[in-house]
Order: sequence, then structure tokens, then C-alpha cells
Amino acid sequence: MSKIPETLRYSDTHEWVEDLGGGRYRVGITDHAQELLGDLVYVEVPEVGKAIRGGEVCGVLESVKAAADLYAPVNGTVLERNDGLGDNPQWLNEDPYGQGWMMVVEADAVACAGLLDAVAYGKLAES
Amino acid sequence: MSTNSARRTALYDWHVAHGARMVDFAGWEMPLNYGSQLAEHEAVRQAAGLFDVSHMRPLDLSGPDVRELLRYALANDVAKLDAVPGKALYSTMLQGNGGIIDDLIVYHRGNGRYRIVLNAGGAEVDTAHLQALVDARGWRVALGKRPDLGILAVQGPTARALAATVLGMPALVELPVFHALEQGDFFVGRTGYTGEDGVEIIAANTLLPGLADRLITAGARPAGLAARDSLRLEAGLDLYGQDMTTAVSPYASNLAWTVDLRAAERNFLGRAALAAQSATGGGAKLIGLAMREGIPRHGYVVEDAAGQPCGVVTSGIFSPSLQCGIALARVDAALEPGAVCAVVVRGVRRPALVVKPPFWRKGVATFSFPEEYAA
Repeated sequence: MSKIPETLRYSDTHEWVEDLGGGRYRVGITDHAQELLGDLVYVEVPEVGKAIRGGEVCGVLESVKAAADLYAPVNGTVLERNDGLGDNPQWLNEDPYGQGWMMVVEADAVACAGLLDAVAYGKLAES
Repeated sequence: MSTNSARRTALYDWHVAHGARMVDFAGWEMPLNYGSQLAEHEAVRQAAGLFDVSHMRPLDLSGPDVRELLRYALANDVAKLDAVPGKALYSTMLQGNGGIIDDLIVYHRGNGRYRIVLNAGGAEVDTAHLQALVDARGWRVALGKRPDLGILAVQGPTARALAATVLGMPALVELPVFHALEQGDFFVGRTGYTGEDGVEIIAANTLLPGLADRLITAGARPAGLAARDSLRLEAGLDLYGQDMTTAVSPYASNLAWTVDLRAAERNFLGRAALAAQSATGGGAKLIGLAMREGIPRHGYVVEDAAGQPCGVVTSGIFSPSLQCGIALARVDAALEPGAVCAVVVRGVRRPALVVKPPFWRKGVATFSFPEEYAA
């Protein structure tokens, strides 16, 4: 079973969102997503300052086997990104909720609160 | 992800117990990986990996006309196997128009008996095709499906010695490439799909879980379909259904070497169509590509040096051993090894070096990127 921390919110495109306070949210991909993709070898995260739109493609995830799109979980603006992923894409496999975080965005609290909770995401991941 | 109708090999429970992520592959529930494709890939390159390839199907053929059937149905010539029982041959099986029905390995077992190992996806169609040829010609050949048998592949530099010990078959150490040895319950071929040395063990389903346990204890690491795919692509080996289909001939699939035209009287199925292709020359070719930036993927467009689309990637991955993108691509242009063309990756033209497959052989890359390398 993949890990789904209860404190996080989730998109139906398999990103997690952590409320950092002050309208700032940290974003990554879920343990379930990294399991589906397999060993990641290349990651493209949007640049700082870029506006992202919920449900739209904002980056690229490539594993040995497959290329996948990274979706933005909500509308927002990128404040920080995890530049270490460029050389260490395996962090997404090893620690998707920690060292493998992807970006911090400024986003609307109501929109983030409307994302899936751990129980709802767990059902989605199982289906 | 998997469906109820998917078939399970004798090792299904074994895979689950070893932490496999199971996926549907050609109608079978198979292990994709046991945690990490990269670690499994590396284990095969460095030591030994164990693959369940029981989705591939043995078909036993016997009867007075079986040699004649195989000389007609296969593009390669089983006459090469006459002198040495136990010898194996890789071949394509063609339609009349030269399109590839399947690729396979055929073993000569002596006394007019042959064993073919067919791909999972094609086994039913292939068997029906062979039966139709037998019926149409009135050949005396019996085709025996073997649902009672499964196949384990042990691959890697230490694989053969390891298998020899576990199976109690010391003669495996002396077994030449593409030969098989039968002893007791085991039919062991020195064949594989990883570019490494190794064996494929055909045995009764009931024996497989215990055998797998002993191979693991002896040092083989369980490896899944994902590692099998990255290993075979580094070795420059085609995958049926992806790099070759009924729509293309061996000449368009880097498999001209499997077409044996030497016996002029052997009018095998597809020969006339291949001869016509040879006479006109040109036509599509399957080439290897290596990329320092960007990872080529199935379906990506290949462009020539002038920026004109000239083909498409049929298989593409990030190569774990080479640490760069590699691909097989079918192109219409004359692109020779060493030339630089381009692959369009998400709208961006990325340079790609033309490489004669394999990309990786005996522990080293077969190519290097030139200093002048730009699209």
C-alpha cells in the first residue's frame, strides 16, 4: 500500500498539497504516483514566478519507461522550486513527501481546501 | 490495472510474495518490478537477474514433415539445426506479403522433434497459422501446446554458473550460445533477451516456484518486465508489436540477418515479397538513436539534418547503463551510423546520433557522442 499522509490535500491528478500558512502551499507527487511511474530519471518543474493553472500541465516527469505530464493541482504562482531534483530525480521515488517536494506556490486557500482529503484520495488511488 | 480475465503464471503468488507490482501484459498478469527497475537492471548487468517469462509459450512440433513445415513457415532456415540436436535458431515468421507475424526461437531436439517458444501476444494466432499450413499441405505434423510448462530466464554475467549449480547441470558451463541441454525435468537453452549471458529454463509449472526460490537463494535477483525492456533495448533487440508488426518486413526491422536466402529451392512464405523489396531497394529501415538531451519515446517524430520528418521512434527509454536516451526508430531516409539527425521531444528538436544496435555490449557502450553534435 502506498503512503497517503492525513495532513495533506490531494488532486485527482496525483499531486499532494501541504498548507504552509500565509497562502503558501508546498506541492509534490504522491507515493502512489511515483509507484506508477517507476524509477524517475528526469523532472521539469515550472520556474519561479510562473503562473500555473489547476488541472493543466505545468511540467514533465520521465521515468526510465515512460514520460508523464506534471499537472498543477490548483491555480497559483510558483514561489520556490526544488532545484535539487534536476540532479536527483530519484528523490521523487525515495521520499515523495519530503526531499522529493517539487515547488512552493502561492494559491487561493478556498481552492486548496476544496482538494481531496486523504480518505477520498485513497479511494481514488485504489480504483 | 489488471483484469479478471488476465492469465496467471505458476509464479503469480511467488511474485506477490516478493513484492512485485503486477501489471497486465499481453493478457497475462506479470511483474513490472519488485520495487526498482533500475536496481533490477543493474543486477542483470553486474551479476544475475531472474525473470518469469512463462507468458511466452512453448509449442512442441513432431512428425515426419515437421522440418518441411518449418523450412516453409520460417524466414530463417532450420536446416542449420540438422547437424547438432539441441541447437537453437532465432527467426521471424512471415506472411505472404513479408509482414512479420511473430519472432521466435526454435530448438531442434533430435528425432524429428522441434520446440518453438512464441510471444505471449501471438501464441494463439501463430499456432493457428501453423496448423492452417499443416492442414493446407496435408503435412504429417503434430502441434502440441504446452500449458503445463513455464519458463524462467536467468540472465547476467554470473547467471549460467549459478543455474548450473542450482539445477545440478554442470554441463551448462560448457554449453555454447544458442544451444539447449535437456536433463531430467529441465530444458535449458543458452538464450535470452537482455544482451547478457544466461539461460532460459523450461520446466513443469509445478517445479517453478521451488526452482525460483533456489535461484534467488543462490544469488539471482527477481527482475520484472520493466527491467527486461530497458535491458533488451540497450541490447538493440526488437520487441514484437512495437518495433515489428505484420505491417513491416524483416528488412525494415533490422532483422535481415534472420532471412536465409541461400537455399534457392526453399520457397518459404514471404520470400517472393522480400525478393521484390530487395530488387527495388530503399524502403524503411530500423535504426538506433542515442540522445544526450531529451528522452526519445514511442511515437516521437524523427527529423533529418534538414529538418524534414523522416520517421518515428518505435521504442525509446532512458538507458540506465548508458545514462542517456536511446531508441529504435523506423526511418525512410538513408541515415548511416555516425550521422546526426533529430528527434522532436515535446515540440523541441533534439540532436540524435545514429547508432548501429546494440547500444551496449559486454559491459561497455558501443558508441560515443561526437564533439560536433547538434541538430
